[in-house]
Amino acid sequence: MQGVTIIPTGGSGGGSTMSSTLSKEDTNLVLSSEDSSCPEDSELLELGLGLCLSHHHKPARKSHSHHHHHARILTAKDFPSSASASASSSSSSSPPSSSLSRVNNNTTTSTSGTKRTAESVAAANNGPSPVVGWPPLRRPYRVNSFNHSKSPATEVFNWNSEKSKSSETDVLRKTADNTNGNNNNIDTKEKRNFRSSLFVKVNMDGIAIGRKVDLSVHSSYETLAQTLEDMFRESTTAITFNGSNGEDFGILVGGDQHSKLLDGSSKFVLTYEDKDGDWMLVGDVPWGMFLSSVRRLRIMRTSEANGNGLAPMLEEKNCRQKSKPI
Amino acid sequence: MECCNKRRMMKESPESNFMNRRGSSCFPDEVLERVIGMLKSRKDRSSVSLVCKEWYNAERWSRRNVFIGNCYSVSPEILTRRFPNIRSVTLKGKPRFSDFNLVPANWGADIHFWLVVFAKKYPFLEELRLKRMTVTDESLKFLARSFPNFKAISLQNCDGFSTDGLAAIAADCKNLTELDIQENVIDDKNDNWLTCFPESFTSLEVLNFSILHNDVNFDALEKLVTRCKSLKTLKLNKSITLEQLQRLLFRAPQLCELGTGSFSQELTTQQYSELESAFSNCKNLNTLSGLWVVTPQYLPVLYPACANLTFLNFSYAPLDSDDIAKLLVHCANIRRLWVVDTIEDKGLEAVGTHCPLLEELRVFPADPFAEGDARGVTDSGFIAVSQGCRNLHYVLYFCRHMTNAAVATVVQNCPDFTHFRLCIMNPGQPDYRTSEPMDEAFGAVVKTCSKLQRLAISGLLTDLTFEYIGKYAKNLETLSVAFAGSSDWGMQCVLEGCPKLRKLEIRDCPFGNAALLSGLEKYESMRSLWMSDCKVTMNGCRLLAKEMPRLNVEVIKEDGSDDSQAERVYVYRSVAGPRRDAPSFVLTL
Repeated sequence: MQGVTIIPTGGSGGGSTMSSTLSKEDTNLVLSSEDSSCPEDSELLELGLGLCLSHHHKPARKSHSHHHHHARILTAKDFPSSASASASSSSSSSPPSSSLSRVNNNTTTSTSGTKRTAESVAAANNGPSPVVGWPPLRRPYRVNSFNHSKSPATEVFNWNSEKSKSSETDVLRKTADNTNGNNNNIDTKEKRNFRSSLFVKVNMDGIAIGRKVDLSVHSSYETLAQTLEDMFRESTTAITFNGSNGEDFGILVGGDQHSKLLDGSSKFVLTYEDKDGDWMLVGDVPWGMFLSSVRRLRIMRTSEANGNGLAPMLEEKNCRQKSKPI
Repeated sequence: MECCNKRRMMKESPESNFMNRRGSSCFPDEVLERVIGMLKSRKDRSSVSLVCKEWYNAERWSRRNVFIGNCYSVSPEILTRRFPNIRSVTLKGKPRFSDFNLVPANWGADIHFWLVVFAKKYPFLEELRLKRMTVTDESLKFLARSFPNFKAISLQNCDGFSTDGLAAIAADCKNLTELDIQENVIDDKNDNWLTCFPESFTSLEVLNFSILHNDVNFDALEKLVTRCKSLKTLKLNKSITLEQLQRLLFRAPQLCELGTGSFSQELTTQQYSELESAFSNCKNLNTLSGLWVVTPQYLPVLYPACANLTFLNFSYAPLDSDDIAKLLVHCANIRRLWVVDTIEDKGLEAVGTHCPLLEELRVFPADPFAEGDARGVTDSGFIAVSQGCRNLHYVLYFCRHMTNAAVATVVQNCPDFTHFRLCIMNPGQPDYRTSEPMDEAFGAVVKTCSKLQRLAISGLLTDLTFEYIGKYAKNLETLSVAFAGSSDWGMQCVLEGCPKLRKLEIRDCPFGNAALLSGLEKYESMRSLWMSDCKVTMNGCRLLAKEMPRLNVEVIKEDGSDDSQAERVYVYRSVAGPRRDAPSFVLTL
């Protein structure tokens, strides 16, 4: 990890002060850390990956929007700019507190990311900021820029779009492009479901830090599984935590591009928590139905899945012919 | 007028037997119903129904269309009890901010139970128009089975269904004239739903499947278009190529509204001229949209069809200023124009020059999150349009920054704005020349545009903006606010000052309980209030709920957040009482 420090910020439900520092370039990351053996424990610190902008206080104004309490990972870039941000009159920052926040499980909503106050946004950068649901555009279209010389012609038009320069979000952007990138640039938006972004948290057993994935850029289980495989392969190489145990997380997708995660041949299975709070095996229901009920994902060790009673379904899946609706 | 004679009020049908009437000095009921039946305006009908009991009954028996702006404000039982003869229902569901991800999935607004009641009470239902409702395939199948006279379905910003539901409609609605699917979240499963229209089916007049992203069965489509001679509106999806478009236009030169498919295929000279002549044969075309993926060199094929165009929707076509200018030369009759900001200020100058009859302009951003030297449209483009298009009354303008002076100039040029929606994309952005707040801009709007009905504000704004709105915007019905204001006073000004306010939607503003409670008496005269990420607390909401029992005060709670804050509040009047279908994260206080 180069220059990345985990600084949990945020207060508990009792309303302790939020603190944060500001980065002009919005390179802040929030990663998820969770003990893999008890995902349901709501007392754990849980952070969400996404382009989370730091919560920012402006004492001069009474205005203050209520934000979710997230912890943040700062990159090296934060430190010089945070110094200048502190110096500037339009912003204020304080050293991050070390209190842990309650789990903020965003999965009941289809939004993710923290929100910022207007002033902090205006102070931080002169460009628009990826605040949830802003700008107020219903249309999650991708307008192809034939005439624009700048490169990201397939930039995902997404409220939580990954504009950060960090490698983590580059992976996300890469995977988002990959899933649509099999086609001609021009046609990429054709494959895209016309749904605004739907970020859900993903945790993998044995990896302390979880991620978030935007389900709306996928239209099938295969692409989702591929994305997850890419995501967690990067995690295991880029971040070393005690939890990894040197396990082989690598091969989640078989040689024929068919996801082992879905067919049960990997050491891991992909499960999701649905809106009723039950953990289900991914892949049983039509994609659209899955989208409407999924709250979060977990890549579970097969052994544990068996123990949790997902095993019968697992065996069934191994036996039956799979045909996935797109 | 003596209209309160005792007479039988409950009738089985509006064509009641004349012999059943007792003498009176009023018009016979049938005549009264006929007369009142001619009223189309909702407001007129509302007024009429308040005159006296007889008029109330005449109105309710003669009403054929009903519009419900908030599906939770009334129940299907109450509706069907009052209006026995409805043929067309329009329902709106979720709060508008659900379009921007501020309302969680599974919030509600499911059409199904309405349909179940309608199947019993309105078996002759013909039209259903839904906006922001959840519609499942099961509901669509139920609809197709339950209403033999069903003619028109329009789904806008809905979710929950797939092409299977469309297939059911196609197969079973023998009298279908309209299938209009706009901007929905739809699971596009296969391309065969179009084949479900039977060979004998010829009544279609409106077909809009532009948001589907998979291929459709072109053969089935072509046959359908060929046999439906009354087809007036055809909006295709991106899978349709130029060559296929030409074939369809050849079959349906009578079209009035066309949404093209992809406008970008390699065409031979022959194909190009065929396409051009196909367009020139469409003498009745008044609306053009689509153009997913445009190759600008092919735009000239449209020129012959442009002269009669009144609505040009290029909101998915990122043209540059030259392309749009060359096209607009031919579009002198345009009234409504939707474009992408890739046309930049120069493109807007062309609009001002060539489209003097323009009434509505919407400019969408190609890339809202572009950093650095992002292009797009600015204040000078805005002014240029206002100089050339004096009839402008509706604007939706996305830009990166604006000046107070420019907005003042625009409204001076065009004082008749009824809808003014300015979105400065960076929250809290001040006037970029003076660094002042944008208060004076919106002050100018409300002072000058006395007919203003809808306003959306943005940029750095203090309470002064709201003082202006409360003081001057006497016709304002809808107000959208984000990242604005300094204190509770702002919201109070609006609640106290705008007599016609119906919808107020606020996000990320420093308005708290005092502001919320200042509108106690107001909310019953409004359709709804939305406040998210403001400073309202649960206690404030509880107080509101307690004081105003006829309002539904709902808080959308997220796990793990502060229990005392009310992050998302939705308040609306209702005669149906609290929701019976609220999910666990919606608390009704």
